[in-house]
Amino acid sequence: MTPTLRVARAIAAKDLRVEWRSRVVTNQVLPFSALVMVLFAFALDDDGITERVAPGLVWLAVLFSLVVLVSRSYAVETADGALDQLRSSGVEPAGIFFGKAIALAVQLLVLQAVLAGLAVVLYRASIGAEGLALFASAALLATVGLASVGTLYGGLAAGVRGRETLLPLLVLPVLAPVLIGATRCTESAFGVEGVETSDGWPWLGLLAIFAVLFSVFGAFAYGPLIDE
Amino acid sequence: MTDVPTVRLGGDVDPGVDEVVSLRDVVVVLGAFPALAGASLSVRRGEMLLLAGPNGAGKTTLLRTCAGLTRIERGEGRVLGLDVRRDSADVRRRTGIVGHSNGLYPDLTVAENVNFWGRTVGATSDEVEAALVRMDLAGRLRDVAAGRLSAGQKRRTALAALIARRAELWLLDEPHAGLDAAGRDELDALLGAAVAAGATVIVASHELERAGRLATRRVDVVGGRVIDRADGASDGREPRS
Repeated sequence: MTPTLRVARAIAAKDLRVEWRSRVVTNQVLPFSALVMVLFAFALDDDGITERVAPGLVWLAVLFSLVVLVSRSYAVETADGALDQLRSSGVEPAGIFFGKAIALAVQLLVLQAVLAGLAVVLYRASIGAEGLALFASAALLATVGLASVGTLYGGLAAGVRGRETLLPLLVLPVLAPVLIGATRCTESAFGVEGVETSDGWPWLGLLAIFAVLFSVFGAFAYGPLIDE
Repeated sequence: MTDVPTVRLGGDVDPGVDEVVSLRDVVVVLGAFPALAGASLSVRRGEMLLLAGPNGAGKTTLLRTCAGLTRIERGEGRVLGLDVRRDSADVRRRTGIVGHSNGLYPDLTVAENVNFWGRTVGATSDEVEAALVRMDLAGRLRDVAAGRLSAGQKRRTALAALIARRAELWLLDEPHAGLDAAGRDELDALLGAAVAAGATVIVASHELERAGRLATRRVDVVGGRVIDRADGASDGREPRS
């Protein structure tokens, strides 16, 4: 096993174990995301509108939750100087990047499954077999992009004063293409306003390009970034 | 009881490299401030060196330079036979620095923390177990969450992680800070055992009497330079005021 893979596996396993042990995702992040969805439903208070905007609301809730997850992921690293220790131990930076991104991706996938289920219940969205395949593909590709950007910018903000407020300012604008691509795919998957499922497949290209770009760029940029 | 392999404190230092640290007229600038202003230092294998000196004298920067974590502007630096400037990634991998924080994950147990740090270098389960045994953490403490440990127990866990990481040179910055009397005694015993077992250790400390009892040699760091009291100014220059 290469050093990068070995480190990535150790970091991902550690991050998931920490989350499993602390239950922050299940007890705080998931209820937060569900609350965002419910509040959107209250605010719009019109079945027609909620059905139409449900795909966008799902991904907005995912983006807000991503910020919380990334903050949490790096709070664990900085609580007792572990990130500094990783850096000073010469641990393969690309391995740290991939490990943290994988752990984040697993949590995001669970979150998206719950939020999609909530959208079906709260916003009366409907989804068929082909729609489900489209949604699953979009969720997978969007997750790679979201996790890569979150890990990269989380590392950048980790050593900065006021990182909690800086992180959303850094992350959310960069993720606009993911929000657009994933929302279009989900609209097609849910068949919003008669949109065909087949209309959504081309948007997967945007999500795939974004995912590849940021996962490759992140692997190279992460070392110098956390070194500063 | 299962057998665990013996573990060499300080890793498997290349026996061909007797001079573990060799710094010559090293200048390190932090911002616009010369934190090291022509520092020279030589540390041989198996030594425990005490760095003494006032706050801001450059002790921490000297330790970080030995760990390959600072940029040397001028001078030469070799650690474990490697050029600190050119091979800083390898230097980092083979040294272990413990500062005011311990680098532990509060939600993970002692064993999980040590195991994690060992895994980053490909250590086997036996090696991790040996590190726990060596630091007397294999008993009731192994399954205790790091967040619930006392300061002394956390420091022990951090040192066990260094062993699991196979660090060949230990760099300890104020290791007694934040420990109560029992914790300090405990740490002294561990460092004494480490040196007796052949580890090379550099300690920066204000606890001169305590750390001095353990150290095989002491140098003073003053104004970014190293003064060896045993043979006068090792730099051959007077320190800056």
